[in-house]
Amino acid sequence: MPSLIRELGVAASNFFERAGRITRFGLQLVALTPTSLLRVRPVIEQVYNTGALSLVIIMTCGLFVGMVLGLQGYEMLNRVGSEEYLGTAAALSLLKELGPVVTALLFAGRAGTALAAEIGLMRATDQIAAMEIMAVDPMRRVVVPRFLGGVIAMPLLTATFIAIGMFGAQLIGVQFFGIDQGSFWSQIRGTVELDDVAEGLIKGAAFGVACSLIAVYEGYNAVPTAEGVGRATTRTVVVSAVVTLVLDYLLTALML
Amino acid sequence: MRPSRTIDISTGLFVLLGFAAILFLVTQITNREFTLKSTSYRLRADFENIGGLKAGAPVSMAGVTIGRVEDIQYDQKLYKAVVTLRVDGRYDEIPNDSDASILTSGLLGGQYIGLSPGGSEEFFKDGDQVTFVQDAVVLENLISKYLFNTATKQPDAPAPDAAPATQE
Repeated sequence: MPSLIRELGVAASNFFERAGRITRFGLQLVALTPTSLLRVRPVIEQVYNTGALSLVIIMTCGLFVGMVLGLQGYEMLNRVGSEEYLGTAAALSLLKELGPVVTALLFAGRAGTALAAEIGLMRATDQIAAMEIMAVDPMRRVVVPRFLGGVIAMPLLTATFIAIGMFGAQLIGVQFFGIDQGSFWSQIRGTVELDDVAEGLIKGAAFGVACSLIAVYEGYNAVPTAEGVGRATTRTVVVSAVVTLVLDYLLTALML
Repeated sequence: MRPSRTIDISTGLFVLLGFAAILFLVTQITNREFTLKSTSYRLRADFENIGGLKAGAPVSMAGVTIGRVEDIQYDQKLYKAVVTLRVDGRYDEIPNDSDASILTSGLLGGQYIGLSPGGSEEFFKDGDQVTFVQDAVVLENLISKYLFNTATKQPDAPAPDAAPATQE
């Protein structure tokens, strides 16, 4: 029993230590951001890597999430006889929850792992050490552009996801089930406020910061072995997913 | 040079797409209308009871949206709700004795302000007050009024006739 309590204590202190390290790492990144923005080329390259290359998976998933919302929403609303609210239901759930959260999870899986593996491999193949020898700050040269790329890309990916999702819901609701096009959109416009759109984008941005930070942190601090890089990649996805969902709850509670 | 150019172009396209999506969400999904030339004017209307009217609700004439409810305040001195309406500048020939009433769209729909034209030769100007107003109909009041009326009517009605009729 005492050993169990001791393990619990160790686990708790490890958790707080990691949280503290990640926070400190994040603050370092933020402090280096202004000088890194002077050289935009690496940042643009990373926006391409994390954003433009994630576009296909984001759009495909957005379309299917929207279409499934259309099917499920219609089925549910049909039971209470108010199918015309499908547009509103789909728009609000996409804007407030599904859009930012699913985008963040996909982003962690598609872009976060790539970032972590890339930086981890640089660490494992001593590229980062070589940079330090050449008096090139690897934080500034490697880590910050990747972090900023992710931060810039995420809100844009979220907006794209939601827009495509709305198209998918519209496809099912209007074309397939035959809800009137005009009433579908006017219902949406009548209920959705600008605040709802802002909530979605704020969440997207917050998840972008969290997921990018976790990815670059795990990669930068990976154990420099093949196994270590693999573990860093796995941990990126797991931690990103958990943090996204916890953060989602906190942000929702805050903005409600 | 080539790969860098394709990267630039696809990054640019991605950013454009993202902003297009944001623009779509802001303009097409919400009820905000962003008109470039914002010639509009304000009207003020005081209501005893606004029911469930909210800022952003449409102001319509003959069913056409001509403006929005900009602001709702409570005046402690008048004991009234002061509603500020913002009407599109295109509609600048509304008689200044038009009346504003709070109506409900559909059975469960949101509430809006309906303006019905009066017969005055003069038109509303910026900052004018709508003098003729009709409050929101509160369902509970309506029901209680109805119940109250039927309760008071009961004794007036020919009681001997009514009693057997209900028993049949």
